Formats: sequence, C-alpha cells, structure tokens
Amino acid sequence: MDRFSWTSGLLELGETLVVQQRGVRLYDGEEKVKFDSGVLLLSTHRLLWRDQKNHEYCIAVPLSQVVFIEEQAAGIGKSAKIVVHLHPASSNKEPGPFQSSKYSYIKLSFKEHGQIEFYRRLSEEMTQRRWESMPTGQTIQVNKDPQAGRIRAVGIVGIERKLEEKRKETDKNISEAFEDLSKLMEKAKEMVELSKSIANKIKEKQGDITEDETIRFKSYLLSMGIANPVTRETYGSGTQYHMQLAKQLAGILQTPLEERGGIMSLTEVYCLVNRARGLELLSPEDLVNACKMLESLKLPLRLRIFDSGVMVIELQSHNEEEMVASALETVSEKGSLTADEFAKLVGMSVLLAKERLLLAEKMGHLCRDDSVEGLRFYPNLFLTQS
Amino acid sequence: MSFAWPWQYSFPPFFTLQPNGETRQKQLSAWCALALAYSQRHRLPAMTVREAQDSPLFANHRLQRKLPLESIQVVLEELRKNGNLEWLDKNKTSFLIMWRRPEEWGKLIYQWVSKNGLTNSVFTLYELVSGDDTENEEFHGLDEAMLLRALQALQQEHKAEIITLDDGRGVKFF
Repeated sequence: MDRFSWTSGLLELGETLVVQQRGVRLYDGEEKVKFDSGVLLLSTHRLLWRDQKNHEYCIAVPLSQVVFIEEQAAGIGKSAKIVVHLHPASSNKEPGPFQSSKYSYIKLSFKEHGQIEFYRRLSEEMTQRRWESMPTGQTIQVNKDPQAGRIRAVGIVGIERKLEEKRKETDKNISEAFEDLSKLMEKAKEMVELSKSIANKIKEKQGDITEDETIRFKSYLLSMGIANPVTRETYGSGTQYHMQLAKQLAGILQTPLEERGGIMSLTEVYCLVNRARGLELLSPEDLVNACKMLESLKLPLRLRIFDSGVMVIELQSHNEEEMVASALETVSEKGSLTADEFAKLVGMSVLLAKERLLLAEKMGHLCRDDSVEGLRFYPNLFLTQS
Repeated sequence: MSFAWPWQYSFPPFFTLQPNGETRQKQLSAWCALALAYSQRHRLPAMTVREAQDSPLFANHRLQRKLPLESIQVVLEELRKNGNLEWLDKNKTSFLIMWRRPEEWGKLIYQWVSKNGLTNSVFTLYELVSGDDTENEEFHGLDEAMLLRALQALQQEHKAEIITLDDGRGVKFF
C-alpha cells in the first residue's frame, strides 16, 4: 500500500476514465486497511480509490507500477478480489497514506461485485499501456514536483528505470515474433484452402487432367497431410485392398460358417475376424466394403441385407428360403413360437432366428400375434384354412 | 341358439393386424364377415367406437386378446368401403353396421311389392314392417333406421317416394 499517493481525484489532461466500481475495500497484502468503502476508478494511466463518504479522501497508483494482476474467487462470506502485484515505489513518488509496506501487492475486494468487468478492463489497460503513448498534461492544480515527469538516469532510480525499459523492449520483441507466427499461420491456412480446392478440381475433372499431373498433385497433397481425394469406394468398385480382404475373409469364414448352419450376422463375423487378427484390426467400414465385393468376386460366401437392415454373411450354398420351410415345420409342431424359443430350439442366435421368422412371415408361411405377452409366430392359418 | 363364432375368433393372431398384405386381406375379410354376422344376430343398434372396443365382437376375454383401436378402425373402414357401415357423425365416433346393405333391403321390399301387384299403392312405414301381410318377409320387423335407408335407396332408383301422412310417414311405390 505504500505505492499509493494522495491525489485530488481529478483526471489529468490526456487521461480518460475507463471504468469505476463502488463498494471496494483495499487490502495491504493480506491485511485490511482503513480504506474499507470506496469507489475504485480505473483510468488510462492510474488506479484510483476514493472514499465514498469523504470524497476528498482519494489515493491513486500509476498503472505503470503494476507488475501483474490475478483474480481471487469469492468464498463463503468473502467477496471476490483482484490481487494487484506492484513494483517497488519509485523514490520520487508523491506522498501517500503509507510510508512503507511489507507487501509488494494489494488486494481489491469487491463487496458489491463488479470484479469481472473491472478485471477485464484492467487487463485491457495493462495490455494496451495507453499511459505510455498518452503523456498526461498538467492538472489544474499546481504540481507538487515540477520535475515529476522527466526521466532521470542517475542513481538507483536510474538503474530501475533502465531495467524497466529493457523489459519493455523484450516484451515488444516477443510480441513481434508472435506476430510473425500468426502471419505464418494465416499463410498456412491459405495454402490448405488452395490445396483443398485443387483436390476438388481433380475429383471433378478426373478425365481432363493428365495422369502425370494427377500423380504430382496427389503427392503434394499427401505431403501436406491431405488425404487422397480418391478414397472411399462406392459399392461395386472396390479398391485392391478390399478385394484382397474379401478373398481373405472367404478363407477365414468358410469353416465357422459351416459350423453355424451356413449363416452368421456381420457383427459375429467382425468379432471373429478381429479376434483372429490380433493386431491390425479391421474397421467396420472396411469389413462391410470387403463383404460387398464377395458376390462380384464369385467367392463362396455372400453378404445379405434383410428388410430390417440386419446384415449377414451366408455360404453361397445356404438357402435361407429353404430354411424357412423347416422353420415352419418347427413352429407348427409347437403350435406357436417366439423368436427366443425358436432360437433355443434350433440352436441359433436370437437375431438370426428372428430374421428367419420374419422372412417366413413375409413369404406368407407364418403370421404374428403381437400382445402384451410378446411377439409370437403361428402357422399362417389365414391362408391355409378356408 | 348361441352365436357361432368362427374359428378365427379363437386364433390369437386374429387380433393383431397382419403386416403381410395377402394375409391381411384374408384377415380383414374374416373380420368383416364376423362383424356382419354378429350385427345381424344381436341386432346391433348404432354404436360408438368406445363401445365397440369393449364389445365381445372385438374383445375375446377368454383368449385374453382384443383388437386394438387402430385396427378396429381399419375394420370399420373396410366395412364402410363395402357399403356395410355408415358413420353417424362427422367426427366418426358413432356408426351403424348394416349387415344387409340398404339397396339389398330395398330390393327385397320392392320384390314383394311388385310380386303382389302393389305398385302405385301407399303404405305406412308401420304397415310395411309390422303389418300382417309382411309377416313372412325377411324385412318384417326391420328397424326404422334401416327401413328408411332402404326406401331412400329405392327412391334414388325412382321406384318409391317417401311421403308424409297424417300420423307419420309412408311410402308410395311406382
């Protein structure tokens, strides 16, 4: 608190008021001081505090004295505070309420809130440092020290001032350096945009660009980390990778399929295949794309998609429609069956069992009984019985 | 003689609207036939949809199955399309099941009229359905609502005209 000086509270020429807040109490470090209820004012040059009851009671500290500021959140029974760390007072400082202080920081306690806005404005002023570019003129009152504004290069004060200037220089250099970096980032953004548009053009004008050019462009794109525009294939025109994968799958799945009655859901296939691979797992996408090619590659298995969206892999020799006929027999024997019951009887997964029953219904062999008791399938007497 | 329920009435899937098109057609035909038979046997008066939901026609308590509301409405619409149902209000809350279509009743009445050489005569409504002369006819005892609809159908065909008499309404046949 010894950095503060008494002041008239009037703003000097060139100094503008930024923000003010009532109900602020000051602390010298951790200790409360008698400045318990005042208006805190922030100007372009200084931080001022004026007693709410006695307006002549006014102190200020130049913003140039501020090293940095922190926010302190409110607690139970405690107001939010801003902690202001200060440089040691300069020797030519105007007299103030305290001659000395064991703390190098003060706290501003916002009993009536307003700390968020104040902190924001104070940070802004600390960044902009407008007091450096706007020299303050004389106030109306006579200045106590006519030489207060002049820079003295002698003594401890001089050394301190030189250090201060050096710090400012360094600060400036760093900011400029970062400026370059942000400019570089701007350029990089432009380059990415450019390459994206080229990639699009390649995609559209596949025929017009020569093979050579295309390869060159693609390699540029690759080096910049942009994926090859010709990536995911549509159904039917698989990549080499998917073709190889499809052949591999045919080999891996032959036996498991035979063991499971010739049909497996795609999720079962996914688990089985990846478990076998251990490393270099397949993505679901790659699996589906490879499976889509099974039939066109004339492999002994095929992908089948039911009306419900469920996907399965079947052996070519497997005929689901025939299985339906045997399903009808099973259901007829038992009178009626749910998907669960049917699955247990036949030794299938419930998912595939349901698909088979639904297919049987679609073919008109079964009909359904949907009630609170669940979904049951009956032989379709509507069609068989007159 | 107790009402003879059809085999479908004891078949649980009968109370679930079937998704398979062909199956559904058969199912709906069976429902229409049952509704008409039931309506004829029990001389069903006009009903609300609410009443229909609880009626033994659509709710088989022994089987613990009832036809859900949306499905009942599908059946009612099917009946209407066949000319066997008439909505009595705009909001479709009450309806009348006509197990025999008005035109069919009209035909029967007109047949009796012409067979007995009674064209160009006038009858009161009472005479037609409750008179001794018509005792053996199918339309004997027909309720007034249906009778009027039947006569209106004949009126459309210019075979009859509904007239007002001193003590009520009557009809003249041509």
